[in-house]
Amino acid sequence: MTRKLIEGSRAVAEAVALCRPQVISAYPITPQTHIVAELADMVAEGHLRAEFVNVESEHSAASLVLGASATGVRVYTASTSQGILLMNEVLYNIAGMRLPVVMTCANRAISAPINIWNDQQDSISVRDTGMMQFYAENNQEAMDLHYFAYRLAEDHRVLLPAMVCMDGFILTHAYESVEVPTQAQVDVFLPPYQPLYVLDPADPITMGTLAEPDKYLETRYMVNAALEKTLDLIPTFAGEFAAVFGRRGGGLVEGYRLQDAETVIVGMGSVMSTLRETVAAARERGQRVGALKVITYRPFPKAAVARALGRAKRVLVLDKAISMGSGGPLATEVKAALYGRRGAPRVAGLIAGLGGREITVESLERLLALAEKENPDGRFLDLRTDVEMEIYA
Amino acid sequence: MAPTRDTDHLFAAGHSACAGCGQSLGARLVLRAAGRQVIATDATGCLEVFSTNYPNSAWEVPWLHSLFENSAAIAAGVEAALKITGRLKDIRVIAQGGDGSTADIGFGSLSGMLERGHDILYVCYDNEAYMNTGVQRSGLTPLAASTTTSPPGLESLGNPTRKKDLPAIFMAHGIPYVATASVAYPFDVDRKVKKALSIRGPKYIQMHVPCPLGWRHDTDQTMSIAQLAVQTGLYPLFEAEDGKVTARKLAKVLPVEDYLRPQGRFAHLFRGEAGKAELARIQALADENIRKFGLAPARAAS
Repeated sequence: MTRKLIEGSRAVAEAVALCRPQVISAYPITPQTHIVAELADMVAEGHLRAEFVNVESEHSAASLVLGASATGVRVYTASTSQGILLMNEVLYNIAGMRLPVVMTCANRAISAPINIWNDQQDSISVRDTGMMQFYAENNQEAMDLHYFAYRLAEDHRVLLPAMVCMDGFILTHAYESVEVPTQAQVDVFLPPYQPLYVLDPADPITMGTLAEPDKYLETRYMVNAALEKTLDLIPTFAGEFAAVFGRRGGGLVEGYRLQDAETVIVGMGSVMSTLRETVAAARERGQRVGALKVITYRPFPKAAVARALGRAKRVLVLDKAISMGSGGPLATEVKAALYGRRGAPRVAGLIAGLGGREITVESLERLLALAEKENPDGRFLDLRTDVEMEIYA
Repeated sequence: MAPTRDTDHLFAAGHSACAGCGQSLGARLVLRAAGRQVIATDATGCLEVFSTNYPNSAWEVPWLHSLFENSAAIAAGVEAALKITGRLKDIRVIAQGGDGSTADIGFGSLSGMLERGHDILYVCYDNEAYMNTGVQRSGLTPLAASTTTSPPGLESLGNPTRKKDLPAIFMAHGIPYVATASVAYPFDVDRKVKKALSIRGPKYIQMHVPCPLGWRHDTDQTMSIAQLAVQTGLYPLFEAEDGKVTARKLAKVLPVEDYLRPQGRFAHLFRGEAGKAELARIQALADENIRKFGLAPARAAS
């Protein structure tokens, strides 16, 4: 284990390389580029023995790793924003075919208007594909979640793709001190990929068939069942992770100062660091505030979330994405997880940080103050009032 | 040349293709030539639907289907995996698609695959429209053909465009082997597939495969119709090895009407003056092919 001060993208590239993928394919899109360029470098320098295939679109990047995974090798791809949307149908296909593809999403906003900065609309938009989704708070977590994602994805009880989400620029381009494990440590946690079904002329199989109405429903049931099964496996693997790497890694949710907290703010990704600071300051002022980080968004850990929030009076959920006409996707999940529980807290969903709008400690403190006076459900945090909005709003 | 029984059934009987389906025969010919050491991919379309209705499969070689537009991209993934694991020397990769997936929706992924130099044979089964969805026009639908989205009418003489020249486009990629073929010439198909598979790098074969349902001809006419397409010069059979073109000469050149008349999709051309003009345009396309590829019999050419 060595400690390094490196850029988030480089950290993730090193983590991915330690997972020994044999086929890597990607199409360039900001802010994913540093990750794949770093991997291309490693292959070019002979540090990583892999086929690195530059393709003509994200659709083909996802398709290429699909084909390679079906041929029995560990694969990797990465994208963001429009690239994730272009991959969408392939991601559904990969999950339906039960291929353990692991990819990084360098979270970025969706056009229009075009915007290269961070929010989580891209990964949220593919939440229903059947992929697992993990959200990293910092670059150490971004690294660790990749070992974790491969381990889960390739487990024969799972065999599903996984997406590790890290906030674009905020994490991908930030220099942080990270622990890089040894190859031996990663090899212990992540054994070589043993495919269950593989394309091989010695034992021909047909993959990607037509399923008629009498069988399709069952295939979808099985994808969902496998995805839900990971709710049990994730805590187990998190325990193994800690044993191998000597620190926490993976997991479903993580609480911060939840004990006796009356107000809990829930979020995913890098905003959690700001939330910790906000909570610590609020505690100094004597406010009973805590924070809950959702690490695993798919499958959604309803029970763990309900357990963590059950004793709060008020829950504020920050969503860096919106389901237009409905609200924040994370808030919707949290509300559903708490629904019908005796003494459940009141949940307010807030849309925050879209398109790189900074979420500051000050804005979160304003939110806490507002929440004392009214239910802020449905509000957009720090919405500007000096912008001409009458025509369209 | 006689196929062995071992490879005769790599595309097994019992699938649900229509009577007279040219594509099912084409796929069978390809696999028979390729043998067992193959991994095949396929695009969404008739071939995929009629050959892999779970839990049945006609494929005796490993076969992978994903989506409509990514047969070439998933094949590239298969090839990359074989390459990095040292198995590419023993296994050939064949990507397949219909004309819609090849010329239209999967055009970009195929171009990318060819440009990157993957060791893959791509076979396009060209039945000249989206047959699986019910006969809609594709980029390889011929001039004046009637499809459900290029119907003839008072303001229309059918499909207004000529076939996209895919072989020329793929030759321009600088790949080592491009060929056209016809299901009516099975020995030619066999030879071309074998030759393609003996060459390292990206290869493209476009095979003309009639669809009795979409072309509206009798199901026992599949072979004769396909043969007439070649004999009229409308579907020239040629190979381009490293850009050097060799065409199959015709013993006799037939007028395009001989090919068009038995097909319901061209019936509107045989009614009225406008149809006559369109027939002349189609004959001009055939004449252009005959000149370009030197298809005419040696006697006539001298």
